[in-house]
Amino acid sequence: MTTQALELFRSVPRYLTARAVGGKVPGLLSGPLAPMRLVNRKDFVPLGPGWGRVRPLLSGICGSDLATISGRSSFYFSPLVSLPFVPGHEVVGELLDEVDDLPTGTRIALQPVLSCLARGLDPCPNCAAGLTGRCDRVTTGHVSAGLQTGYCADTGGGWGKAFVAHRSQLHPLPDDLSERRSVLIEPLSCAIHTALRADVEPGAEVVVIGAGTIGVLTLLALKELTKTGRIAIVAKHSKQREWAGAFGADEIVEPREATNAVRRATRAMKLKPERGAPFLLGGADVVIDCVGSRSSLNLALRVARAGGRVVVSGIPTEGADLTPLWFRELELVGAYTGGYETVEGERRHSFDLAIALAQENPIDQIVGAIYPLRRWREAIDHALGAGRLGTLKVAFDPRLD
Amino acid sequence: MGRPGFVLEVDERTPPLLVHQGEGFRLQKFPLGTRAIYAPDPLPKIKGVRRAIREALENPHDSEPLRELLKPGMKLTIAIDDISLPLPPMQSPDIRQLVLEEVLELAARSGVEDVKLYMANSLHRRMNADEIKHAVGERVFRSFYPKDLKNHDAEDRDNLVYVGKTDEGEEVELNKRAMESDLLIYVNINLVAMDGGHKSVPVGLASYRSVRHHHNVHTMMHSKSYMDPRPGRSAIHDSCKRMGDLLKTNGLKVFTIETTLNNETFPEPFGFMNKREWEWSLLEQATYLAAKKANDLGPSPVRHQIWTRIKSPVGVTGINAGDTDAVHERTLARLHEQQLVEVSGQADIMVVGLPYIGPYNVNSIMNPILVHCLGLGYLFNMYRNMPVVRPGGAMIMFHPVPNEFHQVHHPSYVDFFEEVLAETTDPSTIESKFEERYATDPWYIHLYRNSYAYHGVHPFYMWYWGAYGRDYLGDVIIVGGDPKTVGRLGYRAASSFRDALEMAGETVGRSPSISYFHVPSYAIADVR
Repeated sequence: MTTQALELFRSVPRYLTARAVGGKVPGLLSGPLAPMRLVNRKDFVPLGPGWGRVRPLLSGICGSDLATISGRSSFYFSPLVSLPFVPGHEVVGELLDEVDDLPTGTRIALQPVLSCLARGLDPCPNCAAGLTGRCDRVTTGHVSAGLQTGYCADTGGGWGKAFVAHRSQLHPLPDDLSERRSVLIEPLSCAIHTALRADVEPGAEVVVIGAGTIGVLTLLALKELTKTGRIAIVAKHSKQREWAGAFGADEIVEPREATNAVRRATRAMKLKPERGAPFLLGGADVVIDCVGSRSSLNLALRVARAGGRVVVSGIPTEGADLTPLWFRELELVGAYTGGYETVEGERRHSFDLAIALAQENPIDQIVGAIYPLRRWREAIDHALGAGRLGTLKVAFDPRLD
Repeated sequence: MGRPGFVLEVDERTPPLLVHQGEGFRLQKFPLGTRAIYAPDPLPKIKGVRRAIREALENPHDSEPLRELLKPGMKLTIAIDDISLPLPPMQSPDIRQLVLEEVLELAARSGVEDVKLYMANSLHRRMNADEIKHAVGERVFRSFYPKDLKNHDAEDRDNLVYVGKTDEGEEVELNKRAMESDLLIYVNINLVAMDGGHKSVPVGLASYRSVRHHHNVHTMMHSKSYMDPRPGRSAIHDSCKRMGDLLKTNGLKVFTIETTLNNETFPEPFGFMNKREWEWSLLEQATYLAAKKANDLGPSPVRHQIWTRIKSPVGVTGINAGDTDAVHERTLARLHEQQLVEVSGQADIMVVGLPYIGPYNVNSIMNPILVHCLGLGYLFNMYRNMPVVRPGGAMIMFHPVPNEFHQVHHPSYVDFFEEVLAETTDPSTIESKFEERYATDPWYIHLYRNSYAYHGVHPFYMWYWGAYGRDYLGDVIIVGGDPKTVGRLGYRAASSFRDALEMAGETVGRSPSISYFHVPSYAIADVR
């Protein structure tokens, strides 16, 4: 039997061309330069005990997917994936098989990390501690290399009509949680992890850079799970600013105005180097970069106060000037994906926290466009220009094909 | 004797009238029946200014001659009006230079050795060395700068002294050296009726702690108008007067020297701008065409440079010295002689062309907040008795209102535009919510003291100056203004005068009466 799926394949010429000119001609990234194709391929089969098939209902397009397609991802990832793979790690789906305690038809959100348990290995120290995002075995075991579902040749991913997943990845969803909210559980889980990694002191001045899906959800998580003080969010597009306002940002600023805004709020001193962007002496206690570009990371480093914390949440695609890291003695913290978290002394999985938050907050409209798989070029095009087009999240619904 | 000011009623024979529009100008056809308000012709300038200065110092009003006030061993401080006057800056020699040279010569002859000079810049930006040199002249500059000739620093806690409170509870804090001097001489240029008098010392040498008592929304809303400083008409002047009196009772001896200038605003080849349009010679008409073409086609930076370099050929029309009140009474009389125009009744629409320069963008950029201040703060208020426009009427201004700021001179303006105006344009809300934060922001204070920035609170004052105009008017439309920037100010932009009139019709009806306030030159409409 075969299944229809979007497949990302190895194409050095396309990759290099996309990397070279994609930024200038974005249309090419979803057109001739895309190293992707819609294929009918052999069904993915469960990889052992505890594995089962999942039918995606909705599957989101993430910034990391776009970075991969457009060749902006770091080569660091190359040994962490196995090609060709079916992308898609933000998934709400239903089980086509009974998996351990979960009966067929159970609606689940996918926790995409392919950790020791999924690979049939004894837990590494990180997995044993519940920090599966830090698993040291994501290239070993009986599953091909792949840091997550959606980057692994053996499992398939959410951008297909079916894929396989391990019980450790499956989080059953309440019946009353809509599909649109459910597809955001994975990014919301990441946002929760980011907010908690930021380790915000009560009353701290926080800046969130980026008001895409992760930025807005991080704002939500900060408001709900921490005792943060004032939160300023840097939003490039008008719809993003509306979202940031709706989720309670205390100040919403455009990127060009961000340094001035942080300076005003913190009464910092602003200095302008002979070349390059201005920076602050003084500034925010915590700055969370949810974009991952050179300019966003530079901004984060330049507006954090001495001894402050910079959290990198958006997948970093380019380097930044680390001088402020040294001179201001900043803490630079990465926030990759979810896992077990401690909130007010209670230890809970970030997916459970995300489900609870999703039940309480009207986040459905974050999913602004849904495409069938066959219209993948339009979908990718839309996602690449989502901010400009007033959309936060674009998703596939494979049932529409 | 020049001709008095007058009001022209536009008829079929009236040519298009000159309208300033920032760093540009145009000839604009006005609807029939429009009343164009012209200032009096320039008064004849004093021939022998030095002699007139000496006479003023020797025959002061309600005071002993300066010569008798100067004693060996005394502590003498001289405060001087800053770069905000005159507009445009005058050709050398600046009248301040001439006055200072005479005063300092007298002081030297009297054996006064302890002399300090301060540019009375209050919360304005510091003047740089070249700007000070232009104001005080080469001789004074070389003798005193930088040790004994400085900018007043309203944030220098070591050189400020708290004097006390007026009967109305207004705190007075002043330059310490001035307060501790045996004599303070104030050298003023009185460009408009708002300036001078007790607005010189208690403002020019004060700190935010003091200035905030009269530069606030309440005071501005109760100053009708700023150009009519008679007691009870202008709350800001009443406040300054109370402060001046307090300084006097606390022992500050002030010898005021005020000067007035005529209306000869623009030098050649821009002299046609000083004249009434129907009196332009053929040569002046040709000059207009050439200047306009060159100005319109020239690149923006070049155009800016040309305008910035203009030095006005103004002539001195009056010099009075002595007691502040006695001097200022005479100054105002002379000023009115030059600027007062009788106007019969109010109009539905007031039209004004905003020139490229105002008090706070000399050698700088006229940013959007300064546009607001110049239009609604100053030109709207160039009246006595009642405004040129009726309550609820419309004001149409000409200016491109680019979203441009001088990053060195106006850093807090940038933030004011981006943060404050993005949230509200209501002066009272702005004052209560934002003023103190900006006024005490350490970065703005640092830039005010060490760079050339206006004080952090300054854009607030610019906004307050226009508070009464905003409240009074039913509509404000800016012809040629950048729509987004104009929108942030809370006004409307029109692409042409015809469109602006059409838009104003929504507020004032379809057959409005129109008054065109023809500036520069400076005029005060005495509306009856």
